[in-house]
Amino acid sequence: MSRISRRKLITTGLATVAGVAGLAAADCMARRYGLIPPDGGGVFGPGETLTYATQRLLTRHSLAREFPRSMISAKPFGNEIAPSNEAFKRHQALGFADWKLSVDGMVAHPTSFSLADLRALPFRNQITQVACEEGWSYIAEWIGTPLHHVLDEVGVLPQARYVVYRSIEPDWWESIDMADALHPQTFLTMGMNNGDLPIRFGGPLRLRVPRQLGYKSVKFITSMTVTDSMKKFGKGLGSASPEAGYAWYAGI
Amino acid sequence: MAASTTTQHIPVPHAATAAAPRHTLLVRVTHWLTVVAFLALLVTGLEIVVSHPRFYWGETGNSGTTPLFRIPIPASRDTVPTGYSYTMPDQNGWSRYLHFEAAWLLVITALVYGLASLLNGHFRKNLLPSPQQRNWLAFRDVLTKFLRRPPPGSADSRTYNAVQRVAYLSVIFILFPLVIFTGLALSDGFDSAFPFIVNSFGGRQSARTLHFIVTNLLVIFLVVHVAMIVLAGFWRRTRPMITGHIKSDLEGK
Repeated sequence: MSRISRRKLITTGLATVAGVAGLAAADCMARRYGLIPPDGGGVFGPGETLTYATQRLLTRHSLAREFPRSMISAKPFGNEIAPSNEAFKRHQALGFADWKLSVDGMVAHPTSFSLADLRALPFRNQITQVACEEGWSYIAEWIGTPLHHVLDEVGVLPQARYVVYRSIEPDWWESIDMADALHPQTFLTMGMNNGDLPIRFGGPLRLRVPRQLGYKSVKFITSMTVTDSMKKFGKGLGSASPEAGYAWYAGI
Repeated sequence: MAASTTTQHIPVPHAATAAAPRHTLLVRVTHWLTVVAFLALLVTGLEIVVSHPRFYWGETGNSGTTPLFRIPIPASRDTVPTGYSYTMPDQNGWSRYLHFEAAWLLVITALVYGLASLLNGHFRKNLLPSPQQRNWLAFRDVLTKFLRRPPPGSADSRTYNAVQRVAYLSVIFILFPLVIFTGLALSDGFDSAFPFIVNSFGGRQSARTLHFIVTNLLVIFLVVHVAMIVLAGFWRRTRPMITGHIKSDLEGK
């Protein structure tokens, strides 16, 4: 059969060395620039890291598509019904007058915001699509305050890398990196299609992350924590989703 | 004079007399990597479809709107109106993880294969129909030969006929690029950076429907491809794609 010539051996050897060195350099760069997702370990780690790193390099500032008012879905589809826990029911009975969003962690001034406090910040609207990981989607107008205004108020420390956000529903929490947290379309949403945000769609307060799938847009938000590492939260995989088998990064 | 005797008897290296491999190492390795990636994508893609086996046209579509068509199977979510009372187990988590990891394997393999094949002339020499194959007669000949079913000669296993060339080129340059870009159009992150891709497919739901249709075309190709290999002799065709060599070449020595 074919014998391996010396030249072939040398080129193959050099290519292997170059490949290993390239991978090591890429890994080093990825760590340096925060391109490894919190669930970047395990069998699916290489795929997740490639997706997250590539998308972060290409999409750090890109905007989700916005649509004309005429494309707003006549029949938006809300997956969840109202949370059944007592805390939510008490807020509902009071018309959400006492609903609070507390922001703490790596911030200069930990603050608790009422919905009125949030409404006093610059208010914006966007007509964007919600796509579920199952495959369906709808377009709606979302009204709220961009998260970066809230982060400006509390004074995020420079070493911050992630924002963790939690629902009033127990064990429902997510996190996003600073690129998404500071993104102009990431809204603390309080209104939908010219009205209050219905409970079915996450009212009174939902974080909309329009460059990621619907499951990153957690409903009934009550608290946020700014952090430099996801290791201390849950199982350290970034959010409740990877703990349930779903990817932390849902831009794809 | 020792020096002159060696120059008179230039020994022909043994390797040069051996037949060139039927398939180069690059073609063999990228072929099997594509098989692995494609099968992983197919299985996981099917699992993802099960969570919402309805397809729409345009930008949006959900359980409250009219589908373009639907697959008559139970769904893995009880929010989808399927007509079945049974809900399948949810496999979306690992399916999505593996789908994208396999997609990376496919894309990297395709880039290596595509670039190398452009540079080394594989596309031009082996896949572009040769000048004598660029007419309908060449295609008709393949068909009549196939229908008369002669014993497959060793001559035609050395090269591809006109129909094979067109089929392989269509899969490489039309179906695979389409399935990759309709898939990327389903990524919210990708769409924010390159909105013209999803818009050119007619919207997110159109891209999803096209992704499904192109997958079906690739499955049809796979079925016909494997059927042809079985008809021509499974090991006769598969061995060269693994070892690189046709059996008769090895026996000749």
